[in-house]
Parts: sequence; structure tokens; C-alpha cells
Amino acid sequence: MTYIAKPKFHHPGLPKNDLGYTHRDYEGKISTLCAGCGHDSITASIIEACYELSIEPHRVAKISGIGCSSKTPDYFLGNSHGFNSVHGRMPSVLTGANLANRDLIYLGVSGDGDSASIGFGQFAHSIRRGVNMTYIVENNGVYGLTKGQFSATADRGSKSKKGVMNTDNAIDLVAIALQLGASFVARSFSGDKNQLVPLIAAAIRHKGASFIDVISPCIAFNNHAGSTKSFDYVREHNDAVNRLDVLTGRDPITVDYAPGTVQVVEQHDGTRLALRKIDADYDANDRLAAMTFLQKHAAKGQVVTGLLYVDPDSEDLHTHLDTVETPLNTLEAKDLCPGTSALEKINASLR
Amino acid sequence: MPDQSPISSVNDFVVRFANVNGSGSASANELFARSILRHGVPVSPRNIFPSNIQGLPTWYEVRVTEDGHLGARGGVDMMVAMNPQTWDKDVASIEPGGYLFYDSTKPMPTSKFRADINVIGVPLTAITNSTYTDPRQRQLFKNIIYLGALCALLDMDPKLVEQLIGEQYKGKEKLLSSNVHALHLGRDWALQNLKCPVGLRVKKSDKVGERIFIEGNSAAALGAVYGGATVCAWYPITPSSSVAEAFTSHCKKLRHDPETGKAKYAIVQGEDELASIGIVIGASWNGARAFTATSGPGISLMTEFIGLSYFAEIPAVIMNIQRAGPSTGMPTRTQQCDIIACAYASHGDTKHVLLFPEDPAEAFEFAAQSFDLADRLQTMIFLMLDLDIGMNHRLCRPLKWDDARQYDRGKVMTAEMLDEPGRDFGRYLDVDGDGIPYRTYPGTHPTKGSFFTRGTSRDRYARYSEEGAVYADNMQRLVRKFETAQDMVPRPLQANAAKPTKYGVIYFGSTAPAMDEAIGLLEARGHQLDRMRIRAFPFHSSVASFIADHDFVYVVEQNRDAQLRQLIVNENGIDPVRLVPILHYDGTPITARFIANAIGDHQDHLKVTPLRKAVS
Repeated sequence: MTYIAKPKFHHPGLPKNDLGYTHRDYEGKISTLCAGCGHDSITASIIEACYELSIEPHRVAKISGIGCSSKTPDYFLGNSHGFNSVHGRMPSVLTGANLANRDLIYLGVSGDGDSASIGFGQFAHSIRRGVNMTYIVENNGVYGLTKGQFSATADRGSKSKKGVMNTDNAIDLVAIALQLGASFVARSFSGDKNQLVPLIAAAIRHKGASFIDVISPCIAFNNHAGSTKSFDYVREHNDAVNRLDVLTGRDPITVDYAPGTVQVVEQHDGTRLALRKIDADYDANDRLAAMTFLQKHAAKGQVVTGLLYVDPDSEDLHTHLDTVETPLNTLEAKDLCPGTSALEKINASLR
Repeated sequence: MPDQSPISSVNDFVVRFANVNGSGSASANELFARSILRHGVPVSPRNIFPSNIQGLPTWYEVRVTEDGHLGARGGVDMMVAMNPQTWDKDVASIEPGGYLFYDSTKPMPTSKFRADINVIGVPLTAITNSTYTDPRQRQLFKNIIYLGALCALLDMDPKLVEQLIGEQYKGKEKLLSSNVHALHLGRDWALQNLKCPVGLRVKKSDKVGERIFIEGNSAAALGAVYGGATVCAWYPITPSSSVAEAFTSHCKKLRHDPETGKAKYAIVQGEDELASIGIVIGASWNGARAFTATSGPGISLMTEFIGLSYFAEIPAVIMNIQRAGPSTGMPTRTQQCDIIACAYASHGDTKHVLLFPEDPAEAFEFAAQSFDLADRLQTMIFLMLDLDIGMNHRLCRPLKWDDARQYDRGKVMTAEMLDEPGRDFGRYLDVDGDGIPYRTYPGTHPTKGSFFTRGTSRDRYARYSEEGAVYADNMQRLVRKFETAQDMVPRPLQANAAKPTKYGVIYFGSTAPAMDEAIGLLEARGHQLDRMRIRAFPFHSSVASFIADHDFVYVVEQNRDAQLRQLIVNENGIDPVRLVPILHYDGTPITARFIANAIGDHQDHLKVTPLRKAVS
């Protein structure tokens, strides 16, 4: 047996969300990743975010590329369709799926090899097109399945488990996403579920290209001294700019925030994002400032996390293409075929 | 005076225009071809163009053919030599007794001409410059002026040309009248100064009938509109770009919601061919009809995804407008050279369905049908056009559609079906014994019918598995599915010779008009051939029986390695000796003369007796 189904029974008193689903309804198969893998924490955070948002589990499409991270869609939302596609090509497959049916929620799961190396181009172009998706990179700086080679997000000067020094410069996917016009950009850490869950929830509710880079230590190959993607390193250098509360529905903001410490951003669907500022001067609506801030702190070896940029007036690819509201995959011959009378006119124009 | 009597022919000759790329000659030349059609005389035009935007030589060849031979003929009866760069080669290519039409504004040394051709000089630049001052106008109207002169020389009815100009510039009176004026400038000069008409003449006839004049790429794109394609992702590559561009313009006219004005389609220009096919696969996985158009290099880039489509069983359509390979090859020259590359595209054991339309009308039909086939068979379908069909206007039967026709979306399980008592959904379960499983679209049912699509091996319920028996079971089912495809794809068409014969010929795609004409030429030489036009792969069982019924069969194709022949040998276990390759692969369209010579020589050789051989 090369897959492991999870037993279905659960505690009868398990809490239910607005749709009557429990946590268990958002789970998938049992993970086959290494015990303690950061990716499993991200899986748990996705489950938590979907539960909290009361999403119909089957209305999500999970799409991934190839690699450890890309295996994870099998481990959450077992009632959703998943597509473990081709290495580095999740963004194009997701783009096509999104074009076919604009009504589903698209969750793209990728890794640093998948998105920063082989799929760097597809990552970039899906972001610049503004595909309505939540694009999560489970970033561990290393190729796990092929046993520990550096990836393109590994910092220059960091050491592999075998002691080899990385001499290539690192690609910062967050910086690139900002530059390419992603309308929601965040970074988080798999070891900080409290930060990650609301970020995923907000990204799902965002219209447009949402990108979350999650540093997710590889406990097998990249969790040693000298690595800049280890649990210890990221904990020590984590520089969170804000903490996020996602407020759905029309409820007033009841949490008592000290004046000037919270930035509220209302998204397209009415979701409000309350950003509790940690860095008092950080403005999550300022793309240029975010880029500068990121560069300055990266130079100091800090890992900036939080909701780094959000555009409340974002658009998506369907807006740009001006497609009909009805999902294209539901249109039938009567909607799509111009018929014989139109064809006769075309024939006449070709004589 | 030429030492060869001038060629004399009514409604059967070849005019070739030698121009400079980017000089605006294309529309005047096309106007010439269309004008002849309006005389009721079939024409077959071909663009011979460089991989260049401006400055390099380009030719437009019009075969005037009352008999309706739409393949390239070879040879030039009249050269309209407007490009000094190619003058020598152009003059050399004229048939003895043929005509050279040139701009005589500047005198040319006699050494630049040939004694055995008829030289017709018209001072085009002088006429143009005395009439127009704007440089752009001078360039454009010069083309119309030579068209006017040709009108007089070839005895064409100027009213029919005027009518076409009127249709082209409807509502733009100024352009209309200035074009008509330029036409008459040229015509009047020729009538006053030259002996008109020459030996080549266009005479009104009724051989065009209801036929239409359309490029294969535009027809294929229209087939995609009629076939219900809603997603198109593409990356520009010659000679396929005009498929996506035509799809865009057809959709703009035919696919907007009348009330909201919104688009019932999505077209994305991908960042490369990998993204384009990825978008197609994603859209098809999610239940839309999607396609891409590309050419050889694009196919090479797409092969990983093509394997995914085969193995994960995701419908998709690729229109491959073939050009001469390998590598970048000759991007603006035609070949049928991706047969093997497409039939077996991708690593591992794969096989794909190929469709071979012969002309734009069939490109339209097969394009529409390819979406039904992709959905029904849940696999990649290749529509194999080539530059010769794709980028040239071709006279063909009118496009037809049946309004009662519904799209065949194949085996898709709905929420209602999933809820039926006793219904077992396994994504890769062969429920009906035809190798085709059921699929569900994402988002169908809250608790049933979801599955994980992957390129890795999996069991009948789409669960990951590396068990050998499970893997082999799936691979065997894919073979069954491919066998099912055999009876769904367009069947070969067979035409028997007038007299019983031991010999046959197999051909496909853009070779068809040249082959049809060659049959007549071969008959005249005393050779009878039964013929079969293959229209799809996998091959129908009639292909093997056709070969079995003949001593041997010629396989005519436009590539070096006899790719269709290889495929027939490989797939049908045919003795290669029984299939004689007839190969044309210099990048020009195959001609009837070439086929008739190659087959005729081979047949003549068969008739040589050993005794006579010994004597010689």
C-alpha cells in the first residue's frame, strides 16, 4: 500500500463551522512526508483557514507541481479535486483551470524548486496576469526528494547538510511577486501557525493573485547550523511587521485596538483585514515602501514576515478578459455555437 | 523577338509575383487572385515568404486552373518581377515562351533578359511618380497600377476588379476611388502602349461554383469556435500564429453575450509553449474545451505535458501547423515532418490521435470534431495542418454545420449520477470495456467523485500506487482505449483506378490536390493506381487491407524520413518492402509533376525486362 487513508471516525462533540462541517471534513489522506516536516504544519494551517472561513470543501481546486510540497494537496481537503501536475508548471495549469470555472477557489501549492527554479517563469507570469488564486510556496531552500541539493531560494553563504557553501545569490520570491504586481503578498513561517492561518484565510478571500511565501524548514536536509532555513535560524531572525485578524461578515470590529496600532483593509468581497502593527511605520498598502523595507531588512539577515502588501481594489484575469459571469465550463452548444445562419454569412463573405 | 513561340493558354497558367517583403504587395496580389475567381475560374495561390519583416524577397504565385488543380504546379508562365534583388533567378525561372513583366522606368541592359521569353516593360515608377507625391502612396498604388496593367494584358474584366475593390473599401469612399483610379492608370497605359492581350488569357467560366476561398488556419480557428472551444492559450510561432489571431477575431464577432457584451471565451498569450499547453490542460481538466496552436519547436517544448495528457487522461487539442524542421529549420516553408514526433510524443509508452485535414474545409470539420474526440477519448488530439494549407488561401467547398449537432462531452459523471444507488466511481475504472473511464469535473459533489489527478502511477480509484500489476493494468487499458479510438476518428477515403491494378498509393493532408492531379498525369503515361487518403491515426483496419490488396503501395509524403510509412510499418506490422516511399522535402509544396515523375519512373522501371536490361 503506497497511500494511507485516514480513519473516518471522530469525536461526536467536535465543533462545527457555519456550514456544519468539522475540521475532519477538511482533512485529506495521512501525510507521507517526514515526521516533523514544516510542510505538514502548512497543511494544518490550510485546513484551519478553510474551516474558519466555512468554505464548501469541494468548491476548492488544489493544484501543485512536483516535489515534497506538491504532494501535500493529497493531505488536505480530501473532498476537493486535486491536480499534482508537472514540475514547475502549477501556475499554468491553475491559470487554465481558473479560466474554465471562475467560481471555484484555486489553491496553488508549490515549493522553492518548483517556483524559483524550473517554474520561475510560470510563477512570474501567473502573478503578472493577476490570476485569482492563493499561491503558497512551501520554501525550505532545498531539494528534499532528491536528497538535499540547494534550491534557488537558498541564501548565499548558507551551508548544506554536507557542509557545502552556497555561492549563488538567492531569489526572493516575495520581492519578485511585489515587483510583478501581485495584489496580496505575505511571508510567514510554518512554525508560526497563529500568523499563517489568518494570512491564508485573507489570501483565499482576496480577488487576484495572492502570494504567500512560507519558510518551511526541511528537517531531513536543511535544519542544521549554517542553514538560514532552519527552525532555529528563522525563529531568531523572524521580523514580523504585523499580525492579522480576518473579519468576515458584517460584525463590527470588537477587538479593542489601541489607536494608531491597527490598519483595516476592506477587500473586494467585504472581508476586512485588521492588521495589528508591530512595526508602527509599516504601511501594507504601499507597494514601493514594502519593496524597500524588504531589501533593507534582508541585507541585515532578517526574515520579514506578515502581510507585506495588499491592494484592496485588486482585479483579476477574468476582469481583464471581460469574461461572462457564468463559468465557461458550463456553457453549451446553444451558448457557444454560432450556427448555420452565421456560417452561411461567413461562406458568402469568402467568395 | 523571342526564338520560342509565346506560350498561349486560356485559364491555365502560372503567374508569379516577385516582391520585396513589407512593400504592401500582398493585398494587390491577393486582389489579382480573387479577381480571377470572380471570372468563375479557379485559382490556387501560394505565399512564398522569408522569415523576415521587411526587405527580403517574397513571392506570390497564382496558379490559374480552369480544371481545378489546386496543388502547386511548378514552373512560371508569367513573372511579375518587382524585386531587383532576385531578378536573375526570377528571369531564369520563366518557362521558355513565357512572359516577363517588369518596371521599365530605368532602362535595363539586354544581357539582363532572355531571348526565349517575351518581355513586357511598363514604366511603373514613372507613372506612379507623375501621379502621386506621398512616398507611402507611391509604394502602395504602384502595386495597384501593375494590377491594372495585368488586367489589360490578361484580358481580365476590369469591372470585376472594381467590384472587389468596392467590397474591400466599402464605406471608405476616398480609398475606393483612388484605388480604382490607380487600376485604370495601369490598364489604360497597357492598352495604349502594349499589344493586349498576350497569349495568356482569363476567360469567364463557371468552374468556381459555390466554393469559398479561405486560409486553413482561419478555417481551423472557426472550427474551434463551432466546436465549442472556450479557452485558447498560445505562443506566437510561424506558421501557426494566425490560428490564434483568427480565433480571436472570430470570437469577437461571434462569441460575445448580446446583452452584457461579455466574452464567452478566454484567450491568453502564454509566456511560452509550456505555459500554453499547461493552460489548455488545466482548463480541460476543469471541464472547458481548450486548445493551443503551435508548430514543430512548440511541439518539442510541450511534450512533457502531452505525456501527462495521455497518462492522466486529460482531454486537449493541439493544432500543429507544420513547417520544415528539424530545430528552427525553415520556419516559413512547408513540410509534413512532425508525424512521428506527434504520434509518439513524450517519454514512456505513449500514443496520440492525429487528424490529417486535406484543405480548409476539412480543417474546419476536423477542428470542431477534435473537441468531441478529446472529450470522448479523454486524451490529446493533434490537428495536423501545415503551412501550405494553413497560410494560403485555398478554394474549397463551403463550410457546413448541422444545427441539431450537440457537443459530445464524453463520460462525465454528474452529481445526480454520483448519488445513484450502487454507483461506484473510480476515475480509472473501465466500466464499459472500451478503455474509457468516467471523470468528474472539480466542484461537482460535496462528498463524492473527487479524485487526485497525477502523472504518477495510480490504481483504478486514482490512488497512488507503484505496484507493478496495478501499473500494467492501467497501461493495458490505455491500449484498449487507443483501439477504441480507431473507429471514432475520420476513416480513410479510397478511390479505385479506372482499370484494375496491382498498385496503390497512400497520401494525406496537403498532398491531396497534387496527388489528385498526378493520378491524371500517371494515367496519361499508362499507369493505373488505386489511392487511399489517410485522414487519421490510429489507422483504421482498412489501411492494412488496402496494402494487402496490392503488390505494393507508394506512400507519398512531405518529409525526408518517410514518417507516415514508418508509422504504418510499425503500427500494422507491414513488411516495409511493400511500401515505396515517395518523398518531397525541400520546403516547397509538393507538385503533381513531382509525384507523377517519381511514381511514373518507378513504374516504368518495373516494366523494363531483364533481357533489355542485359542488352543495354
